[in-house]
Amino acid sequence: MKLALQLAYKSLMGSGLRTWLNVGVLSFAYVVIILYNGMIDGWNQQAKRDSIAWEYGKGHLLHADYDPYDPFTLEDGHGVLPKDKSQNLTPVLIRQASIYPQGRMLSVSLKGIATEQSIIKLPTNLLKTSMASIPGIVGERMATSANLKEGDQVLLRWRDKNGTFDAADITIAGIFDTDVPTVDGGQIWIPIEKLWEMTGYMEHATMFIAGNAYQHELQDGWNFRSQEDLLKELNDIIAMKKISGSIMYFLLLAIALLAIFDTQVLSIFRRQKEIGTYISLGMTRWQVVWLFTIEGSMYSILATILGSIYGIPLFVYLAEKGIGMPTASQDMGIAVAERIFPVYGLGLILSTIALVVVSATVVSFMPARKIAKMNPVEALKGKLQ
Amino acid sequence: MEDKKNIINIEHVTKRFKVGEGEFEALTDINLKFKTGEFAGLVGPSGSGKTTLLNIMGSLDSPTEGKAIVMGKNISDLSHKQAAELRNRHIGFIFQVYNLLPVYTVFENVEFALILQNIGKAVRKKMVMDALEWVGLENMADKKPAKISGGEGQRVAIARAMVKRPEIVLADEPTANLDAKNAHAIMQTMKQLNNELNTTFVFSTHDEKVMGYLERIVHLEDGKVAEDEYVTETKYHI
Repeated sequence: MKLALQLAYKSLMGSGLRTWLNVGVLSFAYVVIILYNGMIDGWNQQAKRDSIAWEYGKGHLLHADYDPYDPFTLEDGHGVLPKDKSQNLTPVLIRQASIYPQGRMLSVSLKGIATEQSIIKLPTNLLKTSMASIPGIVGERMATSANLKEGDQVLLRWRDKNGTFDAADITIAGIFDTDVPTVDGGQIWIPIEKLWEMTGYMEHATMFIAGNAYQHELQDGWNFRSQEDLLKELNDIIAMKKISGSIMYFLLLAIALLAIFDTQVLSIFRRQKEIGTYISLGMTRWQVVWLFTIEGSMYSILATILGSIYGIPLFVYLAEKGIGMPTASQDMGIAVAERIFPVYGLGLILSTIALVVVSATVVSFMPARKIAKMNPVEALKGKLQ
Repeated sequence: MEDKKNIINIEHVTKRFKVGEGEFEALTDINLKFKTGEFAGLVGPSGSGKTTLLNIMGSLDSPTEGKAIVMGKNISDLSHKQAAELRNRHIGFIFQVYNLLPVYTVFENVEFALILQNIGKAVRKKMVMDALEWVGLENMADKKPAKISGGEGQRVAIARAMVKRPEIVLADEPTANLDAKNAHAIMQTMKQLNNELNTTFVFSTHDEKVMGYLERIVHLEDGKVAEDEYVTETKYHI
């Protein structure tokens, strides 16, 4: 093994530019694979963290008639949960409403939430401290689309429990910045007590957000969706992104491996006399096959080293500074931060190294195994075989 | 019981090669014996079968018919691994174009066969330097093959063949790429090693300069032994 490594190293160094071109391309594939997966993993972690912090809590207890994907269920999908069952739960009542900023009409979801809650990061304390008749907080996306600023008053129209329209001015008590669009776009948050008063649905909630200490028990008329259930959609999107991204980097890896394969084929063709010499000196054919295989797979070792030299500073820099995401990505409907900070797990790095080394070894072995069938006499003459 | 004096026994060896649809007979019913310490050569024109016979003796090839018994082992019965072991330990090769490994230094080229035998580093170093001294190249140990002359390259090849103290050295046209002065120098070196170490040398050649040193000349023609003569007085001496 030591002899094979030594010989492989010397042969590669002797090849000069050809070696470094192959190594360069392969190292680039390394860096792209680790960076891309690091970015996806970072996004995944950030998105999960933000989604839990801003929206999911430990889970959602939904009224049995409420379907989050069907706005028509808002009308009847609400009810009262006995107080003894609502420990470690924050109620949220959702109603359809409209606002009229600058003479336009915008449909919104009017969400009432307890002002003293601390389960999610919504700055509901702003609702508590506001002196306005009907205070509301909105996210930046909502503020931008409705052209609202802190302190603005806008006409709000809603329907009470009898189906009667009512209207009043709502004051924007605060604008929050969040990476979770599902608590932002098209939504206004007001104190739940105020919403109960406005609609007549006293003590009603469409859903509850569970705190960390919440222990779910079966409730008639209510369905619990755990944190894992809620994160499933995000997990599915991340998985899909990984798969689609893997096509890109597998193509890149395939190009690099093709270069190594071609180099090996040419090398074996060119070095037939050398192969014959090895056999005449007492190596078996399979030892020579192993020699050339190691030589090919050594490209991956050198690529790891070269990739580390320029990749590690790049990874560290991006992990600190983050990668800016385009504005359009903020409206994808899932949590995408303005800057994603890649995360490079040890498993990711080791699995990438293993993938590249193994695949380089395989593509090196494929042409090398022809050596096992070579006639050493013909090889010594340098004759084509 | 094996004949220890006869280090190489060629018994009714025939070698045929496939050529297109037919066959070409390179060797026909060859019978030869070579003793320990012989300094012999296979002489003949191109295509007479010299290199083919040398390759069979060196276990790089095997006969189509007959037996080639080298160091008491029938070449045809050896596995690839056993044949490699035989070449590594008991047979040294010297080729027409030296076939030095270009990425290794002179020292490392000579050392290669010893590494395959798993000999320790310190012992290897001594053996390699001894071998380089035999051929007068002890000061060139760090040079790469590309930086040495043809004559020096062939002497490195001799050192590489001899470093493991093989019983047999097979040299295929060793002087073909050398000028007269270097050719004589090479032959004198090998004759000296033959005298000192009692190594059997078998050459394949049609160079008169080589023939002038041989103690036995086997003339091959069209794959057959035309004449097998023992030379009483060689033309050249060391």
